Amino acid sequence: MSHLLDVENLWVKFPTRNGVFDAVRGISFSLGRERLGIVGESGSGKSMTGRAVLQLIRKPGRVEADRMEMNGTDLLGASDKAMRKIRGRHISMIMQDPKYSLNPVMTVGQQIIEALRTHEKVSQAEARKRALEMLDAVAIRDPERVMGLYPHEVSGGMGQRIMIAMMLIPNPEILIADEPTSALDVSVQLQVLEIMDKLVKDRGMGLIFISHDLNLVSKFCDRVVIMYAGRIVEVCEASKLHEAKHPYTQGLLNSVPDLVHPRPRLEVLTRDPAWREAPSVSALL
Amino acid sequence: MSAIDINALNVWFGEGDDRNHAVKNVSLKIAKGESFGLVGESGSGKSTVLRTLVGLVDDWDGRMEVDGKVLGRKRDGAFYKTVQMVFQDPYASLHPRMTVDQVLSEVLKLHGFKDVNDRVNRLLEQVGLGGGFRFRYPHQLSGGQRQRVAIARALAPEPRILLLDEPTSALDVSVQAEILNLLTDLRAEFGLTYLMVSHDLGVIGHMCERIAVMQFGEIVEELDVENMRKLSATHAYTKHLLESSLGSVR
Amino acid sequence: MTQPTAKPQETLGWRAWLTADVPASRAQARAAAWFNGWLRFRSNTLAMVGLIILLFIILCAVFAPLLATHDPFVQNLGNRLQPPGADGHIFGTDSLGRDIYSRLLFGARISIYIVLLVALVAPLLGLIVGTIAGYAGGWVDVTLMRFTDIFLAFPRLILALAFVAALGAGIENAVLAISLTAWPPYARIARAETLTIRNSDFIHAVRLQGAGPVRIITRHIWPLCISSLVIRVTLDMAGIILTAAGLGFLGLGAQPPSPEWGAMIAEGRKYILDYWWVATIPGLAIFSISLAFNLLGDGLRDVLDPKEAGR
Ligand SMILES: Nc1ncnc2c1ncn2[C@@H]1O[C@H](COP(=O)(O)OP(=O)(O)OP(=O)(O)O)[C@@H](O)[C@H]1O
Ligand SMILES: Nc1ncnc2c1ncn2[C@@H]1O[C@H](COP(=O)(O)OP(=O)(O)OP(=O)(O)O)[C@@H](O)[C@H]1O
Ligand SMILES: [Mg+2]
Ligand SMILES: [Mg+2]
Repeated sequence: MSHLLDVENLWVKFPTRNGVFDAVRGISFSLGRERLGIVGESGSGKSMTGRAVLQLIRKPGRVEADRMEMNGTDLLGASDKAMRKIRGRHISMIMQDPKYSLNPVMTVGQQIIEALRTHEKVSQAEARKRALEMLDAVAIRDPERVMGLYPHEVSGGMGQRIMIAMMLIPNPEILIADEPTSALDVSVQLQVLEIMDKLVKDRGMGLIFISHDLNLVSKFCDRVVIMYAGRIVEVCEASKLHEAKHPYTQGLLNSVPDLVHPRPRLEVLTRDPAWREAPSVSALL
Repeated sequence: MSAIDINALNVWFGEGDDRNHAVKNVSLKIAKGESFGLVGESGSGKSTVLRTLVGLVDDWDGRMEVDGKVLGRKRDGAFYKTVQMVFQDPYASLHPRMTVDQVLSEVLKLHGFKDVNDRVNRLLEQVGLGGGFRFRYPHQLSGGQRQRVAIARALAPEPRILLLDEPTSALDVSVQAEILNLLTDLRAEFGLTYLMVSHDLGVIGHMCERIAVMQFGEIVEELDVENMRKLSATHAYTKHLLESSLGSVR
Repeated sequence: MTQPTAKPQETLGWRAWLTADVPASRAQARAAAWFNGWLRFRSNTLAMVGLIILLFIILCAVFAPLLATHDPFVQNLGNRLQPPGADGHIFGTDSLGRDIYSRLLFGARISIYIVLLVALVAPLLGLIVGTIAGYAGGWVDVTLMRFTDIFLAFPRLILALAFVAALGAGIENAVLAISLTAWPPYARIARAETLTIRNSDFIHAVRLQGAGPVRIITRHIWPLCISSLVIRVTLDMAGIILTAAGLGFLGLGAQPPSPEWGAMIAEGRKYILDYWWVATIPGLAIFSISLAFNLLGDGLRDVLDPKEAGR
């Protein structure tokens, strides 16, 4: 089997007081050694899809699927212990809110070193050196100083890059990046994307890239999945995203402010109730 | 008289060897009713400029004026009635245990308004949230809805000047469009002055008339949006920034 | 983003009123929040068991005069050390012939009194010290925390002993001593929480509205610290009761003839081999109240933990 990840008919359900809320409703996709983009509006279930793969859905949420395999290994039935091995070593996830995910009372350096040393047996000095290299790789200026800062002392974009550096340390086979570059300026963004790109090209890593930046996704990814209300409404080649047919995708594309062709008002999406009921499109390879 | 006049502002963090000179000799002049964009490299000190202006940073020197009044070390109630700020991260900027109603009423009371109830309703109306959201907790709101609450909170004291630190970078494009339209309407209605940080030049181009570009804590170039569209920048970093973001559009 | 619409709710029952998606008033919103917490708490069976045991003990304490079969202080040396069940003495009698069951009921009053006092004083002290230290930072923080460390450096019972020895024996002094020894961990917790909160944007945002430090600490930081403190206090309750019992046992807490549970064990100790019930029954009472508080604390954690309270 050449796919890194195969997911069939994935559901994420949250029991609430007013019945069960389905955050993800029966989606199927596979991930090869490629860059798979997931786009969609807020609340469409992008993050939940990523978390479900890693079994990181918090109770009382439930994950159900017909099949969920990584390289042929079943992830659905995997024990907590097995999952902990898989997380980090095989699959890493860059969480959406980096500053939330960092420990507020530990310096950035301590946290990176700790992450490194839980995965590999390395000396403190060696770990420190590697941490500095990682920070440098994600284009952080003056990494020595940043190592000693607390999370609230770094800028928004630096926090995001620190998170990326930590997740790349264990050399995962699959990286799930949940809006990894939303706080970065364009030039730093390009550098960070380049790192990920290199991992995909050189090491055959699979990348799931969750983002709301449609232009970025269409430029950076190979395939794009467009999600709406927990379902996939469209799958297309990234370069053809701008020719997408679904009115939802077109609506999203139209609401992006354009530097070159300014408009007095931006278009706002008007939703059709029928979109919600349309069957999910399969993104299996 | 300009709304914001910053002259030779320097900001640093830490002491001795750890000292980090985050903002170097920054000067800005923003006219009343203008919308000014601050762009630049990540970590270049954009947020720090805004935070210093509103008094969240202690170590600075230089001269800052708002509405012609020179700012000292401490800001008073009158200052916060003129200047308000919206933070970057809508997930972190609302108290997790306070309902929308509690957040807004507290602000209104702090500023000495009497008709709190009516005003809360009116504020929610203004930012496009119906009364149904009034008693919700932040975890019951989406990112875009939270950012609207944050904007409503900033609007509560009826400020003349709004500092916006990446107000839409955590939001998806459709919500971003709603928020940007809202900000445009509010400016038209109340004649607000905006100082807006964003790394998305599309957003800046849509909202602002003039921009300043920052790198390494300094302003390397100031230009108006027309020139930005024509790519007629002089500084190498600005050129690089404009080219890479235009490159990412197509 | 869909707009919830306020539905008319006149014909719906109180339950619907409490679970309404869109509360119509402040009071309703608050009631709904409490009701939600209660639903979450109720779904935790063990916590409910704890609550029921506790309510039972409180009821026993309140209605002790009605439930007691004998006067807890009347001695009857001719009737001493009777086994449980003998002669209408449900739990038997102690070495002075007093009815253990009745003493247990009246003793519950003392135990609950101690617990409530300590539960009010110690966490409040800790909360104040911890949040001020955490929020102010700098030398204030260093001074306050060193002070806390000094208290933490001594074993709890020994410190309490020292205080009682200095203040004189008695229930009030025992409470005071226990409170003085119990607050440092709460200060630690409160400070740690404050450190994670004080730099968040929502605190900056209130500062930008001109709010002063007192308001920020009491209105914005306390509500976030209190949940972890409440949990910790209920979990510590067992320990507090045991310390009180320990002081009683050593003769430094409640004074004879008052039927404090610890003191009762101390009295029964001499007879433990031949007359097991004299010490065992108050021991079981202490055990069950400690257990109740522990279970309750676990349940409260589910209700109050901000991460769990997400939905
Ligand atoms: N614990 C929970 N209980 C109930 N519903 C939940 C829970 N957590 C998330 N949801 C819902 O699941 C849906 C999908 O959320 P998800 O985080 O995947 O959205 P997203 O596509 O990542 O959006 P964003 O772009 O805002 O990050 C949302 O509607 C959200 O409200
Ligand atoms: N409280 C602080 N203590 C120490 N250093 C700080 C503190 N706040 C900011 N800095 C430093 O100041 C510099 C500028 O940070 P700032 O947040 O202003 O950047 P920014 O331009 O807003 O970047 P971004 O676009 O990534 O948000 C960074 O190097 C950061 O580490
Ligand atoms: Mg998400
Ligand atoms: Mg910033």
